Amino acid sequence: MAELLKVNDLVTQFKTESGVVKAVDGVSYYLNEQEIIGLVGESGCGKSVSQLSVMQLIRPPGKIIGGEVLFHGQDLLKYPANGPEMRAVRGAKIAMIFQEPMTSLNPVLTIRQQLTEMLVLHMKMNEEDARARAIELMGLVGIPAAERRIEGYPHHFSGGMRQRVMIAMALSCNPHILIADEPTTALDATTQAQLLELMKDLVQRLKTSLVIVTHNLGVVARYAQRIYIMYAGRIVESGTTKDIFQRPRHPYTIGLLKCIPRLDEEEGTKLVPIVGLPPNLINMPATCAFLPRCSWKIDKCFKEPWPELTPVNGNHFIRCYADTSEYKK
Amino acid sequence: MNQETNNAILEISALKMYFPVTRGLLRRKIADIKAVDGVSFKMEQGETLGLVGESGCGKTTVGRCVLGLYRPTAGKVIFQGTDIAGLPEKKLRGIRRDIALIFQDPYSSLDPRQSAGNIVGEPLKIHNMINSRKEYLERVEHLFSIVGLDPGMVNRFPHEFSGGQRQRIGIARALASNPKLIVCDEPISALDVSIQAQIINLLEELQEGLQGLSYLFIAHDRSVVRHISDRVAVMYLGRIMEICKSRELYENPLHPYTRALLSAVPIADPFVEETRERIILKGEVPSPINPPEGCPFHPRCFMAIPECSQGIPPLRVIHEGHEVACIRV
Repeated sequence: MAELLKVNDLVTQFKTESGVVKAVDGVSYYLNEQEIIGLVGESGCGKSVSQLSVMQLIRPPGKIIGGEVLFHGQDLLKYPANGPEMRAVRGAKIAMIFQEPMTSLNPVLTIRQQLTEMLVLHMKMNEEDARARAIELMGLVGIPAAERRIEGYPHHFSGGMRQRVMIAMALSCNPHILIADEPTTALDATTQAQLLELMKDLVQRLKTSLVIVTHNLGVVARYAQRIYIMYAGRIVESGTTKDIFQRPRHPYTIGLLKCIPRLDEEEGTKLVPIVGLPPNLINMPATCAFLPRCSWKIDKCFKEPWPELTPVNGNHFIRCYADTSEYKK
Repeated sequence: MNQETNNAILEISALKMYFPVTRGLLRRKIADIKAVDGVSFKMEQGETLGLVGESGCGKTTVGRCVLGLYRPTAGKVIFQGTDIAGLPEKKLRGIRRDIALIFQDPYSSLDPRQSAGNIVGEPLKIHNMINSRKEYLERVEHLFSIVGLDPGMVNRFPHEFSGGQRQRIGIARALASNPKLIVCDEPISALDVSIQAQIINLLEELQEGLQGLSYLFIAHDRSVVRHISDRVAVMYLGRIMEICKSRELYENPLHPYTRALLSAVPIADPFVEETRERIILKGEVPSPINPPEGCPFHPRCFMAIPECSQGIPPLRVIHEGHEVACIRV
């Protein structure tokens, strides 16, 4: 499988009155063709900002400070955010689905207007062809009676149907990469399952790669092939889905997995929460950001800066000094 | 009903809650939204009953009827031997002291202009539970410490707290009036994973510490409900589809809707995910204004037979403590 996207040392910061927020602080990852990866972390860990940076959708006071976003070997960050090169990529080659299907559609435009806009812009279609293609896309994502409903407004659609429209829109220009930022968080369980299955089928059929950004470990366990765990703006662990769940090595990942009730747990088992709160991303110390909450810390953690991602086993990397190899779930 | 012979703290029988749909200048009633349509269950003292289902299934409405916030269309809500369904407001106030509520969203459920101490202490004043200023302050500080907040923070305002801490404030407020029953409406779904476990453990510890405290736990997260509940009731379109011991429900779900709902939620374990049954339902939940004839689930059911559209199946006992409303089971 060829490498489609490679992000190197991405840094995105927000200038605020109380200081600089290092939202994304040296994130590197890669995505192969036809691969599904998961980017997992709690709110504020920088998972969404890293993806918005790839698309250059960061607005002031936010700024991409450094790094590379190599898409088909070309660094997208070299292009200005509003330049023609970036416009040809954004939405067309790399498409994004946002969390809120309620707010990411324009309420005063019909579904047809919103679905055909991209086709006319990127695919240079005329209105008639674009409409036909839009109806085809709506059928593809499972919207019944597309011919009639295409003239409807977003408020005519339920949450699940709106998210289907978003998926249709994202797939309309045959993107190489689909980034789904918490795509189903606002939806019901059975609708969630429908949409995730739909997305999985579509990316397989259309040979698209998929990045799932989520806090839901269940979703990535089911769909992702590889996982990146983020904490305080950095990736703290990466590896194949099975490695991460079977042999988690970073104390944060271990903690996260212990926080979720297991289905095979004994009656009366207590959950083991991670103590404390996620750190404030302003004025972060040079030492590991997870240190105050960590139960594996050793002396070295207090003295040395946060370590680099180091391989523990083949394609499994962690950013940690402590020896967690003994950990058994 | 006599309390000595009956250990039930709450008994709901044939509860119906219809909301009128009106049209025109004269607000003529044209239809009913049947939010809750014949729900019956019983809760023992000290028990935690999980109420699960998708949005619009009526689980929150049941919770609100229990709190006396809605006047049910029909049916009984017997709390400690008194039917509170038709009680006048004055009498309800005394009973509300024994039934508290924890809200879903810790951001919007706290008044931003009141200090945390005032928020927690308000029920004490309303129910005249204190005699002096000194006693009031002591009680508030005590409530802060039992939910794991620093009593030194009573004068701070909600925006100075994190999401998890705010939810602790909400819990302290619910505990202030020494309730016997707490309705928890999605109390953790707005929180991060590592914080969720803290709140679940707190709720469990409170129940162990305060003998006889019961929870009506409304949620959609499968593993959390299983973890915290003694019994679980599954709702769909205003009716209970299945009710039984929580362990049993997850190990041996009988109703086709329960099976689909459980299989829809991904589990954070890729090895389990590979092998488990996955039922993806078609379509969406029908409107409660015009529910389907017969079993409300039959249009989406993968086990439906023609008889399913004739007559609403009542809950029947399959075996000791396990009731299912389905003719195919």
